[in-house]
Amino acid sequence: MQEIRFHGRGGQGAVIGSEVLAHAFFHEGKFVQAFPAFGVERRGAPVTAFCRMDDRNIYLRSQIYHPDHVVVLDALMIESVNVVDGLKPGGSIVINASRDPEYYRDFFGDAFGVFVIDAAAIAVAHHLGSASNPIVNTAIVGAFAKATGLVGIDAVLKAIEADVPMKKTQNQQAAQAAYDQVIKV
Amino acid sequence: MKKAIKGNHAVSHGVRLSRVGVISAYPITPQTTIVEELSEMCARGEISARFIKVESEHSAMASLIGAATAGARTFTASSGNGLLLMHEVLHWTAGARLPIVMADVNRAVSGVWNIWAEQTDSLAQRDTGWIQIYCESSQELLDGVLMAYRLAEKVMLPVMIAYDAFFLSHTTEIVDIPDADVVDRFLPPYEPPVQLNFDDPRMFGGFFSTDYFYEHRYTVQQASQEALNVYPEVCREFNAHFGRSYDLVETWLTDDADTILVTAGAITSVSRIVIERLRSQGEKVGLMKLRMFRPIPVECWRKVLGNASRVVVIDRNLSVGVGGVFAAEIRSALYASDRHPPVYSAIAGLGGRDVTPEDVEGILHSMKVDDPSPDIPLYWGLKR
Repeated sequence: MQEIRFHGRGGQGAVIGSEVLAHAFFHEGKFVQAFPAFGVERRGAPVTAFCRMDDRNIYLRSQIYHPDHVVVLDALMIESVNVVDGLKPGGSIVINASRDPEYYRDFFGDAFGVFVIDAAAIAVAHHLGSASNPIVNTAIVGAFAKATGLVGIDAVLKAIEADVPMKKTQNQQAAQAAYDQVIKV
Repeated sequence: MKKAIKGNHAVSHGVRLSRVGVISAYPITPQTTIVEELSEMCARGEISARFIKVESEHSAMASLIGAATAGARTFTASSGNGLLLMHEVLHWTAGARLPIVMADVNRAVSGVWNIWAEQTDSLAQRDTGWIQIYCESSQELLDGVLMAYRLAEKVMLPVMIAYDAFFLSHTTEIVDIPDADVVDRFLPPYEPPVQLNFDDPRMFGGFFSTDYFYEHRYTVQQASQEALNVYPEVCREFNAHFGRSYDLVETWLTDDADTILVTAGAITSVSRIVIERLRSQGEKVGLMKLRMFRPIPVECWRKVLGNASRVVVIDRNLSVGVGGVFAAEIRSALYASDRHPPVYSAIAGLGGRDVTPEDVEGILHSMKVDDPSPDIPLYWGLKR
């Protein structure tokens, strides 16, 4: 089983992001599960969402405490939320950030794979959300596909086509762009 | 067709496939997305149901009483405080013998606000006459709705499908959505034995004096008991059409088990991992999943639990002044049986607190090592 934890802020699309990833795994024939850690949600408040993938039926329904990978939709969160809490050694961190990628190498250390993508710039370029509140979820799922190799970009694009209600083409283009541009630091 | 959908939407699809005539509901988290989806299905023309928007849950059920009396197949959904506001009319629905089906997304109710999982809301309706079925997966929810209509319309009693807030309601997982024509063969259109009809006038909702009220109540009790006989037949028909089966109680590795764990809802799913792990370590543990809780399948419970040396019940609910509701009712059911192992009770997961496999294993371990009194619940994970 692979367990992926999403960290974002209310309004960024972390919950939908976890669902798009689950749908992408599903399109590749995997058993999947996605659910949010429901807090009292407000725009801007920290949000956590979970995605599980396995080759057999998933009975586990508790939250993810020891993720294989984490996805961070807002780089500023790492100052206030321990996004790598419980992350397994060798796991990947896929983070949406615009500043110097080396900063995150230093911040997270050598125990994890660190992948940086300016998903906000990609989202804005594809008219997803606004400049002050870009919707980065589909872009960062595209980056996740490249970073971890756990799922193909075709399955991600198919999941967006089937399951994202609005701006399907723009979301697909954003996912593809992030897939192409994500860098390992 | 297999799709990855949320538990609440699995219920919506079950209602769509049941060709329901009238839906009436008032939104409340975490139920809301069931009826949102149904409303959109109505707007897209996928269901020909009349969707009635109301100002309260009490009115939602009251309007369904009217619709069901007029002969319609009906549906509503609620949660927590909303379900409690329906309480009066829930009694009425069962007493009027109306086969209404509802989904209750189990949500905590208390003097402080909480929107997360707890079974106390539906268990507070256990004396209303509604048949209650607890589910652990999204597939079981969709299938449960289809079976609920079949059962309700055979015994003429309402059926409540209950399941955990968020852990099931908002979780996306794979569900096999059956084709409408197969469902149509399993679930024929509702043909009410009596209904509001100008050409065949009858009296509904009458006043029963002391001469007859008691007898009326007894007929409701008989209908409920009859559900225990009818359900296995519904289950067989369902299995013949869809290749899936859900018994009154579901057992796993109980035949030779020293300790049998009893759970309901999402905790059952998590417990399967623990039972598998402990079995691989040579521990003789088994699992009994509570599905139907009203009427109580007493004979099933006695048969499954009678051979165990101890029974451990996890209750995600609290009857204040008693403890866990399921534990209390299982003790009561076993009391008159020849074999009645001690029933240990653990309270866990109230207000949506996570119950992990480590929690379930910890509960089983504590019951073995600490040798607690069966009279005192173990308040697992309580911060003191």
